[in-house]
Amino acid sequence: MVLGKVIGTIWATKKYSAVNNYKMQLLQPLNAELENIGEPIIVLDTVGAGPGEIVYFITSSEAVIPLDVNEAPVDASIVGIVDYVNVEKKLA
Amino acid sequence: MTLGKVIGTVWSTRKDEALVGAKFLIVQQVNLKYEAKDNFIVAVDSVGVGLNEIVLVAQGSSARQTTFTRNKPIDAVIMAKVDKLDISKV
Repeated sequence: MVLGKVIGTIWATKKYSAVNNYKMQLLQPLNAELENIGEPIIVLDTVGAGPGEIVYFITSSEAVIPLDVNEAPVDASIVGIVDYVNVEKKLA
Repeated sequence: MTLGKVIGTVWSTRKDEALVGAKFLIVQQVNLKYEAKDNFIVAVDSVGVGLNEIVLVAQGSSARQTTFTRNKPIDAVIMAKVDKLDISKV
């Protein structure tokens, strides 16, 4: 899993049928200090995260598991909303 | 998924026979302002998109999770045509 911040939403009416009733969110991946790392990506949201919320998401073909279809071309899905991140010691 | 813009098509007659019937589109990766980034991929179209359209591409083994691409040597598939991108000022 990776931390991320929801920074927007994607509207797409024309799409592969299996992903029809899922929200597509724009997400900026974050590191443990909640700083931006890498480029924004698009994730499917099965948890209902709002803009600005810190979430964690999974990638690759496991991203289909949270959906209630068993096959869909999805490579990233939000699986949880973060309440609190506690980093014990500064990462080297 | 990543954002891309369809900039062309790949025609190929000699290929893995599992790929017969696949529509290969050249997709330029773009940033949030739809400006071209310096890389592109060839993706199979599973939605029916046209030239210059902004699309979403799923890559890796997830690309094989459609009725057409199942068990085929495909690692990138276009799975949506983007209508609108809402970036919230947060």
